[in-house]
Amino acid sequence: MQKRPRSLKQQQARYGWAFVSLWIVGLVFFGLGPIIASGVLSFTQYDIASPPQWIGLANYTHMLHSSVFWQSLKVTTIYTVVSVPLGIIIGITLAIMLNARIRGLRFLRTAYYLPSVVSGVAVAALWGWIYNPDYGPLNAALKAIGITGPAWLESTTWVLPALIIMGLWSVGGSMVMYLAALQQVPTSLYEAAKIDGASIVRQHMSITFPMISPVIFFMLVNGIIGSFQVFTQAYVLTQGGPGYSSYFFVLYLYENAFEYFKMGYAAALAWALFLAIFLVTVLLFWSARFWVYYEDTSLWAG
Amino acid sequence: MSASLKSYTPLHSKASTMTKPWWWARLFGRSLLYIVLIGGAIIALLPFVWMVLEALKPNYEIYSASWLPTHFEWSNFPAALTTLPFGHFFLNSAIVTFANVIFQTSSSTIVAYGFARFQFKGRRFLFLLLVATLMIPYYVTLIPVFIEFDKLGWVNTFLPLIVPGIFGNAFYIFLMRQFFGSIPRELDEAAMVEGAGPLTILFRVLIPQSFPAMITVGIYTFLSTWNDFLNPLIYLNQMQNYTVAVGLEYFVGQYSSQWNYMMAVALLALIPCILIFFFAQRYFIQGIVVSSAEK
Repeated sequence: MQKRPRSLKQQQARYGWAFVSLWIVGLVFFGLGPIIASGVLSFTQYDIASPPQWIGLANYTHMLHSSVFWQSLKVTTIYTVVSVPLGIIIGITLAIMLNARIRGLRFLRTAYYLPSVVSGVAVAALWGWIYNPDYGPLNAALKAIGITGPAWLESTTWVLPALIIMGLWSVGGSMVMYLAALQQVPTSLYEAAKIDGASIVRQHMSITFPMISPVIFFMLVNGIIGSFQVFTQAYVLTQGGPGYSSYFFVLYLYENAFEYFKMGYAAALAWALFLAIFLVTVLLFWSARFWVYYEDTSLWAG
Repeated sequence: MSASLKSYTPLHSKASTMTKPWWWARLFGRSLLYIVLIGGAIIALLPFVWMVLEALKPNYEIYSASWLPTHFEWSNFPAALTTLPFGHFFLNSAIVTFANVIFQTSSSTIVAYGFARFQFKGRRFLFLLLVATLMIPYYVTLIPVFIEFDKLGWVNTFLPLIVPGIFGNAFYIFLMRQFFGSIPRELDEAAMVEGAGPLTILFRVLIPQSFPAMITVGIYTFLSTWNDFLNPLIYLNQMQNYTVAVGLEYFVGQYSSQWNYMMAVALLALIPCILIFFFAQRYFIQGIVVSSAEK
């Protein structure tokens, strides 16, 4: 008598496992398994051809004493610290402007969004040509208004700004996120502020910013994680040069793994990257309680 | 921040100092808004315009810094495509991308169905694990997975680029599960009463309701596979296997000043993404709404 409901429950569970098992197999071979393997590998010396040799913490101590490691970390940090906040500021500003009732809205939104649809090597090739100091269109344009443009990607001073500008070209992707958030802000708040005589700037500081702060937070975390992992632009355009002035962290990791076949050391680098991202994320989540405003305060009450 | 919001609720005192903006100040503000917005849009679109114009420049004008070609050299496109076997590269990219779109969309849907509609021990834990894997940087698994495929002898085949997709993608599973959550269970139950099994319910009830979400997942998979560079770079080292991304990178290295051809090929590589955007604009926004609602 009791068997029927139980067997139905068991059947439910069996189906559930059957559907989910597909992902579990993937998790073992491409997720958890490799994560553990990479942890073990980071304590070894391994070039694929010969068996791995246990060398303890040597990869990690080597890392800390390597000036190239610190240089790659510095380049990546500078890029992140400049490009992420700039991306947020420009993204929000554009979203606020494009949230106004104006003519040609559809066209304008599409124009700003379009660059974020394209990415990869083709975009890198495009910017490589744009930045060409002698025959590129950018310096030609600057020359027309009487400015001698720099050598961009060939200049130690300008290579990072050039890559940052290139990254900001696709700011439209985050603009759309802010736009979606802005449209959730009740207009009654602005009306109340207007009656109070608050200026436009004041309205945005006191209403817009807190109301969309969860999205800003989300974009900040994602933006930092993304810019820690910049690779394609640097690989295609500069190979980390001139000198090591655009030598991003992941480029360092890639070269160790797939050019020098130092798999153990590269695995250790990957863990250093994970640690850096993890620490920054924890710090951001901690800071969120001071500046991210959740309407549902019960979320933070506990 | 909540404090500053509250300060607006008492509506008194300041109201008397409020002044209506003068019409010319408004006009000035509006004009400024248009000038900034149109200027920005021109900057956003200019690289595309430059790209097209350069792709049409005849060879003898490469070294002139003028933006405009004296005449449009359409033969640049066939010429550029034959400097390297780009026809092959496009075909390779199409195969890898098509396989990923099919596999990742269908397997993510199936796994999401398991998470969304069935009760079993460990489900909550597994779903938490799924979300946790989203936080792990891709590069942590890159090296062991490469060694895995190397030992299997799969380097220089498309398998490393396709097989991981068969097991679903954590982010898309998450997205689909959230979407299934918004479909009333009564629909399943009604079908169940009529004797439908779990697979029938998935295909006859849930999937027809989920086309928008599945198309969004398909589009995201398309864009990320088509534009992927690192994976084809490490797994494919014979030219006949190159995808467009790797082939184009090789081209950039070999013919570094043949900009007109470079832009012609780059343009062709971008066109599928731009076409998808114009034909499926609303699904781009769909994904944003689904993913941001959950944060």
